[in-house]
Amino acid sequence: MTLAALAAQLVNGLASASALFLLAAGLTLIFGVTRIVNFAHGSLYMVGAYGAWALVDRFGPASFWAAVAAATLLGAVLGALAERGVLRRLYDAPEMLQLTATFAFVLITRDALLWLFGAEDRLGPRVPGLAGTLTLGPLTLPQYDAVLVVAGPLVLVALTLLVRRTRFGLYVRAAAENRVVAGALGIDEARLFTLVFALGAGLAALAGALQLPREPANLAMDLPAVADAFVVTVVGGLGSIPGAFVAALLIAEVKALCIGLGTQTIGGVPIAFPQLTLVAEFAVMAVVLTLRPQGLFGRVATALPTTTLPEQRALVARGGRATLLAAAAIALVGIAGPLLADEYVRVLATDILVATLFAASLQWLLGTGGLTSFGHAAYFGVGAYAAALAARHGWPFAAALAWGPLAALVWAALCGWFAVRSHGVYLAMLTLAFAQITWAAAFQWDAVTGGSNGLFGLWPPAWLADRTRYFLFTAVVVGGAWSGLRAITRGRFGYAVRATRDSPLRAAASGIPVRHTQWRAFVIAGGFAGLAGALYTFAKGSIGPDALAIPRSVDAIVMVLLGGLASWFGPLAGAGVFTWLQDTLARTFDYWRAALGALILAIVLLFPGGIGGAWQWLRARSR
Amino acid sequence: MSRRLCTAAAALVLALSASPAALAQQPIKLGELNSYKQFAAFLDPYKNGMQLALEEINAAGGVLGRPLAIVSRDDNGTPGDAVRVAEELLTRENVALLMGTFPSNVGLAVADLAKQRKVLFIAAEPLTDKIVWENGNAYTFRLRASTYMQTAMLVPEAAKLNKKRWAIVYPNYEYGTAATTAFKQQMTARAPAGIEFIEFPVPLGKIDPGPTVQAMLDAKPDAIFSSLFGADLARFVREGELRGLFKDRPVFNLLGGEPEYLDPLKDEAPVGWWVTGYPWYSLDTPAHQRFLKAYEARFHDYPRLGAVVGYSTVKTAAAALRKAGSTDTAKLVAAMQDLDVDTPFGIVRYRALDHQSTMGAFVGRTAVKDGKGVMVDWHYADGKDYLPPDAIVRKLRPAP
Amino acid sequence: MVAGTLAMSGPLLAVRGVTRAFGGVEALAGVSFDVAAGERVALIGPNGAGKTTCFNVLGGQLAPDRGDVQLAGQSLLGLAADAIARRRVGRTFQVAATFASMTVRENVEVALRGVGRDAGLARATLERAAAADLADRHAGTLAYGDAKRVEFALALAVDPVLLLMDEPTAGMLPRDRRALMDAVRMATAAGIAVLFTEHDMDVVFGYADRIIVLDRGRVLADAAPDAVRADPRVQAVYLGEDAA
Repeated sequence: MTLAALAAQLVNGLASASALFLLAAGLTLIFGVTRIVNFAHGSLYMVGAYGAWALVDRFGPASFWAAVAAATLLGAVLGALAERGVLRRLYDAPEMLQLTATFAFVLITRDALLWLFGAEDRLGPRVPGLAGTLTLGPLTLPQYDAVLVVAGPLVLVALTLLVRRTRFGLYVRAAAENRVVAGALGIDEARLFTLVFALGAGLAALAGALQLPREPANLAMDLPAVADAFVVTVVGGLGSIPGAFVAALLIAEVKALCIGLGTQTIGGVPIAFPQLTLVAEFAVMAVVLTLRPQGLFGRVATALPTTTLPEQRALVARGGRATLLAAAAIALVGIAGPLLADEYVRVLATDILVATLFAASLQWLLGTGGLTSFGHAAYFGVGAYAAALAARHGWPFAAALAWGPLAALVWAALCGWFAVRSHGVYLAMLTLAFAQITWAAAFQWDAVTGGSNGLFGLWPPAWLADRTRYFLFTAVVVGGAWSGLRAITRGRFGYAVRATRDSPLRAAASGIPVRHTQWRAFVIAGGFAGLAGALYTFAKGSIGPDALAIPRSVDAIVMVLLGGLASWFGPLAGAGVFTWLQDTLARTFDYWRAALGALILAIVLLFPGGIGGAWQWLRARSR
Repeated sequence: MSRRLCTAAAALVLALSASPAALAQQPIKLGELNSYKQFAAFLDPYKNGMQLALEEINAAGGVLGRPLAIVSRDDNGTPGDAVRVAEELLTRENVALLMGTFPSNVGLAVADLAKQRKVLFIAAEPLTDKIVWENGNAYTFRLRASTYMQTAMLVPEAAKLNKKRWAIVYPNYEYGTAATTAFKQQMTARAPAGIEFIEFPVPLGKIDPGPTVQAMLDAKPDAIFSSLFGADLARFVREGELRGLFKDRPVFNLLGGEPEYLDPLKDEAPVGWWVTGYPWYSLDTPAHQRFLKAYEARFHDYPRLGAVVGYSTVKTAAAALRKAGSTDTAKLVAAMQDLDVDTPFGIVRYRALDHQSTMGAFVGRTAVKDGKGVMVDWHYADGKDYLPPDAIVRKLRPAP
Repeated sequence: MVAGTLAMSGPLLAVRGVTRAFGGVEALAGVSFDVAAGERVALIGPNGAGKTTCFNVLGGQLAPDRGDVQLAGQSLLGLAADAIARRRVGRTFQVAATFASMTVRENVEVALRGVGRDAGLARATLERAAAADLADRHAGTLAYGDAKRVEFALALAVDPVLLLMDEPTAGMLPRDRRALMDAVRMATAAGIAVLFTEHDMDVVFGYADRIIVLDRGRVLADAAPDAVRADPRVQAVYLGEDAA
């Protein structure tokens, strides 16, 4: 790679960096003030792109800039509506519930856009007056890219002025600093949050609209966009707008360099750098967060966030006979029901049981441990792949099944060791980074994992091949594992883990090694997730990279929150309702994703404690 | 045991409730699954194509004296969900066979399920070579021309150009790497000594066009082979045109002529690229004209390639049922061997050798006409001419 | 092993020349003092004098730039907070920290097990802290004064030789305040050393055997209450005048 080529790549990276920054700026603003992890940020980006396309298509290419402005406004209005209509009602609920609500928006937005615009990709026209290229010495740069290169810093300056020089900005800073103080200063929090949400959403839509001349509006742009935005936000330091800019620059340039380097031979080993672009941003994030757990420009959290959930007691209540009876009834109905119903119910119930164990392992981490993981699928997937590889190498079924959780345990021990050095959302993002790196390994390591296709022919032995028998087998294994996890939760170690969640300060002062305890909790969660993964492999006969992709992690979070963080049967309720709904809706409606999103919203709004919370509420009322 | 019991009970109920005449009118159910949400651009027309074929067959009296019915499911684009909905089709709907699927990983997972549950599976769209070769099995047949075949269709033209330095850009997953490998192999076998390939893998759906095009420019290739499609292709085309990447460089793009991917480019469609695709606007064989007219009359839209695939898949199922004279899996699988099916592209044959159909693709060059991308100077490349010799294929497939 | 150190001669806690700066500002500048077994020592000083930094260094939350902290002759430097707790240093915080999702008894049980003690001692520990009446309450629902008492029980659960109490009575009703400090007095009677900070001068002069006054990171005075009360430099500091 020549020096000129290097320079050219760096300049190319600038345009991408600007686009990334515009995308992330809104997210970091929203998070900084409201502490909401807005999963729908990518959806707003997509709305911006489609909105601009629709206007340009209607009024011609000359209207491009007007269309961008209108799309930005549309995004802002939608953001304000979402905040007023839904999120506002959830500020007192556990933080993660807001994430679930925004996830419902993701599902609804996708189907709404499919319904409005159809399935075809919508490529916008080139921007009039900016359709050509600029030539700077050896470098050819599309004029529009040059505009983007400038637009990023412009928005940065505008936002910085807004935050530093205006009354609104003062409030934003106060709220970001300390919500209690902000309230005491007499800031109208409700209005501030709506405004911030509108501004953040507008920025997302702006980013999407500006992307239109570079990328067709399409229905798959939301999740990659939100993942990128998260990464940039976290690498830069949550809530830091200059941080987001630097992070965007860093990531875009690393990617551009990877592409520019091509395949290089280092020490006799050819390394295909462009292949690294699949995970470049996540690798950067893992490195940055490991070295600086609060991101580049984030402030060190002086006081750890302590989420106190007194209702957590329900999770460990001795309960006595009533709970035992309930558990027995659930077991009876759960096994007898599918046996009496048609055979497919057994297949579906097997899926639900596997999802239950997976969700239970996340509930342990999230509820009992207070450790948020956005990448729990990594351990599910490693368990699944490990069992699959063992089976492929001719291991007996039982050994292969046992090897799954063991491998997941080892992997969780490694990733967890780094992850528990961070806290809160940083920890969540670090787990996401590890999950994405794991995913990329599974996706690209053709010789071992079968690459993007995965591995096949992994059926249980003949005596278990029958659907009914495998269902019963799964029921026994999941029942046993789940009881084991419950016993750990209620045992000494469970109490120590809860102590670290309730008050890390007090836990340490009581002789509990906080980080070590959290690490062990993480490892246990990984092991149980791995067992779920191993069971999954043999239920499906195949395993692919989707087993450890982001959607599976998100599904698990949604299941746990639907079921209720603080309810012992929450994982079963959440996994059951989510899987069953998805199965039924997908068969009944064309727009089943929107229907699923609407139902999730309804559950979240009506029962912030999840299904388990609703159940406790009903019981309390009936007394 | 309980399954047998259930089946027995179901049979008894059917026997008691239905007179023989009524039984004859029970439709034969075809189980179909696809990633309708993930690949809607291809699969919406595909669904129309299936619908058209179904209506035609039933209007003509159905098959074996019974109407056909399609039970369609969304597999959510993941192998795990695909296996579950396939199980539902098998157990609850009692379908005679499985068909459909789009992405390779889903196709392969369902193929494996078909082998485990011993049921016929007609893979409609997955392009992976593995589904009929390395991972082939007795119960799985595939309609579309594979990655290998479509690459082979472009290679003769590419080899003729006598270019030494090739840049290969591809989506970084199985389809892209398989196309790249096939291209390199076949070119090396035919082309001059000293041919070299520089590879540019890009993440699927997330191409970073500026740096990619820049890096390709820096590599100074003589020619370009691409297997990009969808949004990646659109971004690549726009950026490459702007930066003059395609000036004086021949470009070959697998699937680039399929309306699904060419149409969104409108007047910015590249000119003079060699592509495989489907020129519905100028394909005037009687078989296609009949299909085209029927499709346009029924849906007031022009067909995309997906429509042809959906239509031909249902036609395949009907032909297999007719030849087997039964819905019994063993007989259906036997019937699929060297089965001839009438499709809009002419008669295709499911080879007994490797269960691959001989459906071909159209090879031609791109042009812009009336503000739209089209294929010109095209010819039909019959699939049977672009497969490796039988002896090699036999070695590729696992022993039955 | 640590139990034996109680009989050792020399101070129980020895702070020697501890210095800690934050961005160029020295919060602690060569602080040295001793605390003997069974002694109640108050650490006072105006805001910003370095009390909290000093406590955080002693408790293992913060590493000093220079100097040494020894407990019964062994250095505590480099030990994490949990290891210091296992060396039998109990701690309470300015804002009472308890395990909100557990009952008070469970709180104490967790703390007992944290240092490897028998959870069966929970009842006795609560009684020593005059908090037995709260045993079955949920820690998350306690009134603030009650939470302070529970926290004292948690500090006692490590079977301390030294208690570090950061503003033990802040936010408490006068009646609760007396009950808590009487419990502290009983603990010291059993040989436990107590180092505490406090804003309430009645508590300081009513309960401390000795008072250490910090000002701008330095020890200004270290003497019996009466001597400190009479010290003009201390008065100057508390009246906001320049001490020099």
